[in-house]
Amino acid sequence: MTERLTLATALLRAALDATSEAVVLCAVDHEILMVNNAAQALAPDLTPGTSAAASPIAALARAVSEGDQTFAAEHDGRQIRGDRRDLGDEHYGWYLQDVTPLEQERARTAFLAEAGRRLASSLNHRRALRTTAELAVSHLADAAVVVLPAVRRRSAWVRLVAGATIDEGSLRDRALGEVPGLIEALGGFPPIPSRWLDAGQAPEWLLPAGFGPIGALLVTPLPGNAEPAGALILARRGDRASFTDEDEMLARIFAARAGAAVAAALLYRDQVDTAAVLQADLLPPELYQPDGVELIGSYQAARDAMRIGGDFYDVFKPTPRSADTVIALGDVCGKGPEAAVLTGKVRQTLRALRLVEVPPPDMLGVLNQALLESGRQHRFVTLVVGSVIRADHGRVLLTLASGGHPPPLVLRNDGTVEEVPTSGTLIGVVPQTVVHPATVELEPGELCLLYSDGLTEARGGPSGNEQYGEQRLREALSSCRDMPGDATVERVRQLVSDWVRGGMRDDIAMLAVRAPTRTRLSLRGGGAPNASPFAIDARRNDKRSRQRA
Amino acid sequence: MTVFTSATPRSLDDPGFREHYLRLVGDGDEYGAIEAVNALLDEGVPAQRIMTDLIAGTQQRVGELWAANEWSIAREHAATAISERALASVAARTHVRPRRGRITIACVDGEWHALPVRILAEMLRLDGWRVDFLGASVPGPHLVTHLHQTGPDAVALSCMISTRLPRAHAAITACRAAGVPVIAGGRGFGPGGRYAEKLTADAWADGAEAAVARLATDWPPPIDDPSTAAFLGDDEYTWVVRGRGELIAATLEHLAATYPHVRDYDQRQTDATAEDTGHIIDFLAAALYVGDDRLFTDFIDWTNAVLTARDVPTQALAAGLRAIRDQLHDWPSSLRMLDAGLARLDPK
Repeated sequence: MTERLTLATALLRAALDATSEAVVLCAVDHEILMVNNAAQALAPDLTPGTSAAASPIAALARAVSEGDQTFAAEHDGRQIRGDRRDLGDEHYGWYLQDVTPLEQERARTAFLAEAGRRLASSLNHRRALRTTAELAVSHLADAAVVVLPAVRRRSAWVRLVAGATIDEGSLRDRALGEVPGLIEALGGFPPIPSRWLDAGQAPEWLLPAGFGPIGALLVTPLPGNAEPAGALILARRGDRASFTDEDEMLARIFAARAGAAVAAALLYRDQVDTAAVLQADLLPPELYQPDGVELIGSYQAARDAMRIGGDFYDVFKPTPRSADTVIALGDVCGKGPEAAVLTGKVRQTLRALRLVEVPPPDMLGVLNQALLESGRQHRFVTLVVGSVIRADHGRVLLTLASGGHPPPLVLRNDGTVEEVPTSGTLIGVVPQTVVHPATVELEPGELCLLYSDGLTEARGGPSGNEQYGEQRLREALSSCRDMPGDATVERVRQLVSDWVRGGMRDDIAMLAVRAPTRTRLSLRGGGAPNASPFAIDARRNDKRSRQRA
Repeated sequence: MTVFTSATPRSLDDPGFREHYLRLVGDGDEYGAIEAVNALLDEGVPAQRIMTDLIAGTQQRVGELWAANEWSIAREHAATAISERALASVAARTHVRPRRGRITIACVDGEWHALPVRILAEMLRLDGWRVDFLGASVPGPHLVTHLHQTGPDAVALSCMISTRLPRAHAAITACRAAGVPVIAGGRGFGPGGRYAEKLTADAWADGAEAAVARLATDWPPPIDDPSTAAFLGDDEYTWVVRGRGELIAATLEHLAATYPHVRDYDQRQTDATAEDTGHIIDFLAAALYVGDDRLFTDFIDWTNAVLTARDVPTQALAAGLRAIRDQLHDWPSSLRMLDAGLARLDPK
């Protein structure tokens, strides 16, 4: 019987040792009777003969004394999970599982998901570099340095040490060779395993002085567009620090994502730079400000991100033989970059015509011919060109010619709004154009507004689909009497924006010409006398716009 | 031209000086205003103080004078234009080397009060920030494009009128999705900035000085996942916004039936009535969006004060509210807010 029992114990032992599941056999009084091989490997400090309630695994001891059926513990760097199963009335067993790989995998997945989200969120190059450093320090190392390939013999870097703020700078490309493995990583060679890199060789400048000795170093390329977008240097502190094979693999997967984000941002930056160069000539110009005349321009592109479109305005300086300032505002049919390119050509043509002193009405004819002969189909332009010159007593004299464009409006000092009676045919459609120019005289404080039809055709209002219309524009202008020119233009913009409630679908260009008030305004009850000697009331009813055949 | 004589108050601490300066901007006296601020600079008054104390303070008075119907809208706009030039003049005389990060400053789409943020822009520049000032009414896509191109450390977003809150929310969400934290400012975010947090702004500042301090001492805020934030608004909000056109038309019809003289309005008067109705509906929608009745009642209090200053009887506003209320009988939150609004107009 004793023999059989001994045999049974040995058999039980052998059977338990043969399974890969970790089992700790206990009596009901919690004495540990047997610890199989797998359990011994998982928790070497579990000893038969001792009480499970006093186990060195605190969570186990607690589970035992509180009668719990499961416990989870971190023991000796491992995540252990235990389940209690009763084995008859006298015994029970703890079945232990090493869930460390599972937990690690979860953390890795969460890290890569966060990395994906954060890296994908920005197209900005610098931000992509900073995000890369932040993510690396949050999960992979105590310090991270992102080094970019050298441009003109200098390499830019971004550095972050855990708990500190981001540093940025650049270094001579000669110095790159001082960091083990960096030249290789930037040269597009496969990464060198961390254990082959001597952390002691890392130069002092790599990390801030307070970081202390580097325990382990890992240099990983950031893959880019067929050439590395940079390199990621990871450092861990302490004598026992190392990067395991799993760490290196994770760093490489992360580097692939970071590299793609950095490379995409670089590509975007190159395109933005190119677009900005092309855009520069198409954006509204800084306006030349002639003496004695206020010129105010405003341009609002439809809701695209390029801020360029088919509307334009420009101002051309006097020439040695012509004291006039020439203004132009127009609208090319179509939208977006294609229309913008044509506006660039139109503006350049007008500029050249101005330099050879072609009078504004004749400019329209030449421009018409140029557009017809350029062979571009279905592209026409409407515009107003005019000359501006200051006259005596602070007045300003305009001569305006329209090529199929909405006639400019004039705001008089008494608040009335008049249309400038100029008309003409569209430019770029028929070989022969007809133009009827008109002249306008502005008293000090009066203003002439050139605008594109995006303003009057803006849809909105109570129904959401009603055009703003010329009548509302006239009333809006009328409400601006006594305002400085820029405030007038701003207010009209604002009223139209309120009208469409943010849904601007067309470009809007405005160019205002104003005869400045020569003394300060007295706006109703301000205390200062209205001393303008130029407000000649008798002239109010004069017809100051007359059509020229 | 204004000439400083010994009788002209010259110190910012002299209350007479503020009155003097208010007169200058109110008279559209650009040169006088610029001379005044330059004189202060010459005396060693810090540029920051001139900006916040004098220019911003005066602008607040201008707004109050307009609300009280003492100044016309033209005069208000002219004064704002002069303030901007005075500000530019102060800014032109101060140079600071950028030593902090880069910041983008913009007014939310549809928001035209640019002066407060222009002052903030100059204050931040003086504090060593590299500032990109995008100006008034910046459409969301333009703002986000700018962020991708410049990669700033912060966006300062201004909203002075609460009806722009839904658009402010869209802009804030987009900025944060692009990885750039947002500091919000402006009366539109409610008393104490109560709506800023709801719209997931990372911070709110009560004025330019507070914003400068916050950005200098406590920035950047920790980054969280912006996509975890809940949607705002509900089906009631959606219905009111989508039905805005019909709602206005129905309200006008109702008014015409109740008040026959409305039928004799010309286009301008009809436009104005429709615009006012739209305004009330927009505030109602904003209140529904952030889920706060107070947004609506605050608006009613303010509107009532403005109208009273213009001798418009409270009954006119109440009639408008009732006309809208009759179109919204199926929507409990709207009814509650409109009733709360009507209660504010009730002379107890």
